Amino acid sequence: MSALRPDLALIARTVRPGARVLDVGCGDGALMAELRDRAQVDARGLEIDASNVAAAVGRGLSVVQGDADTDLTYYPDASFDYAILSQTLQTTRRPDLVVEELLRIAAQAFVSFPNFAHWRGRLSLMWGGRMPVTRLLPDSWYDTLNIHHVTVDDFRALVKERGWHIDGQWFLKGDRETTHANANLFAEHAVFLLRR
Amino acid sequence: MASLPRSDDSRFGLRRQVRLAGPIALSSGASLGPVDIAYETYGAMNADASNVILICHALTGDQYVASDHPVTGKPGWWWRMVGAGKPVDPARHFIICSNVIGSCMGSSGPASVDPATGEPHAMRFPVLTIADMVRAQAALLDHLGVKRLAAVIGGSMGGMQALTWPTLFPDRVENCVVIASTARHSAQNIAFHEVGRQAIMADPNWRGGDYYADGLVPSAGLAVARMAAHITYLSEAGLTEKFGRRLQGRDAKTFGFDADFQVESYLRHQGLSFVDRFDANSYLYITRAMDYYDIAEDHGGSLARAFAATRARFCLVSFDTDWLYPTAESRAIVHALNAGGAQASFVELSSPFGHDAFLLECPELNRVVDGFLRGGRA
Repeated sequence: MSALRPDLALIARTVRPGARVLDVGCGDGALMAELRDRAQVDARGLEIDASNVAAAVGRGLSVVQGDADTDLTYYPDASFDYAILSQTLQTTRRPDLVVEELLRIAAQAFVSFPNFAHWRGRLSLMWGGRMPVTRLLPDSWYDTLNIHHVTVDDFRALVKERGWHIDGQWFLKGDRETTHANANLFAEHAVFLLRR
Repeated sequence: MASLPRSDDSRFGLRRQVRLAGPIALSSGASLGPVDIAYETYGAMNADASNVILICHALTGDQYVASDHPVTGKPGWWWRMVGAGKPVDPARHFIICSNVIGSCMGSSGPASVDPATGEPHAMRFPVLTIADMVRAQAALLDHLGVKRLAAVIGGSMGGMQALTWPTLFPDRVENCVVIASTARHSAQNIAFHEVGRQAIMADPNWRGGDYYADGLVPSAGLAVARMAAHITYLSEAGLTEKFGRRLQGRDAKTFGFDADFQVESYLRHQGLSFVDRFDANSYLYITRAMDYYDIAEDHGGSLARAFAATRARFCLVSFDTDWLYPTAESRAIVHALNAGGAQASFVELSSPFGHDAFLLECPELNRVVDGFLRGGRA
């Protein structure tokens, strides 16, 4: 694998070769390019930032500038094998509706997010009384794009409430995978593979 | 497979013109033939004819996309996009740019002579559509031995032609680049055009369009039309930055109706220089064609259906200060393409220059188009 972010590398390893993939919040298209070049995936992207879109299109990728909160509605039902939402969930206005849309558009959806219940964050709040600023959450409360802070257990509760199914789940600590046990406390990052 | 153009093949090169027998069946039900097409080609077709790019020009543009204009002496209108080291490069691509029918730079239009009468067509020329312009381009490609386009590229009205191409000829286009354009002309677009047309037709020299015999052309009306249109090509911020309220060659207001302000002087210059190179009747015909343009209307009201048959990749670009064909218009196209599962890219670029941004310095635009074409191996 190239220098993909660890959660993206994990997703890249899991996607079936030749699949149709919609990468929501695809950034500069690093994952899409990897999927296209290594697994002949038919990848499409949605990205809110114009310079990221320009960079992705410059790589020959099909990327549309748009907003996950408003533009997913224009994709037809079941038009992809996978939808991918990596480190974007917590920045959307309605994360639950976004995931609903992903599961309408695609048979399965990868959702990855930073776990706000990681022990460092808890300590920061508990002992410092301050919102955590960590390696994965480097921004201060006033300039972070993260508007819906979510924990592993919060997400599992949402999955249960909505009746979605978890086909896979992975947890990351630093750049490495970590155990499922006590993921809510020890995982810095979670990746879920869902289906409706 | 198309025959390879030899350097001595008179079909290829600069300043070409061909008379095609036609007739071309027009959207109106009328037909046009024979049809003159003035065009230029750059570069050489490769062995499997897989490097052909058609560039479509805007309302008042012409075939001189990358060579000096014969009237104004200015460099080609899209030298920033087409040329050595540019995204569309004669070293790699075989590039075609033709004057749209209805225009006045060598292709059949109201100013050209009707072979049946020996007189200029004037307003007896059939009313055209954007689709008709594309049909004429397709006829030119047949003449040049080009079956498929690696890419069709255009901005503004050129974008309308580019977008129409895969709807009319789904198997002849591999990549489609549509810049600062739209899938339909809005009420506001039509309204601005109507102001321009009325200015021309109100000029006493217009005389129902029969002004060719004595050289007394409706230049005042055409200049006003150009001035009004030119405002729509720029942004308020761009005008403010370029001119503000600065006075033209004077220290104080004259309390008269001379061009006190720089912006007035600039617009007057734009109007006056335009009449030297453009035919007023062509302006009427081409603006009409743009007003009639609505791709969805031609496909049962569904834009998505218009692209159902094509396998082309699409790249759409809008500019944030373009209020003539604002970003929402490009988004509507992208949504239709997404609905049909087409490979589509779209980005809104930032520029202070309004609609004209696609013709001006914009490194991001070149980066996007270059990457898109290379990604499609065009």
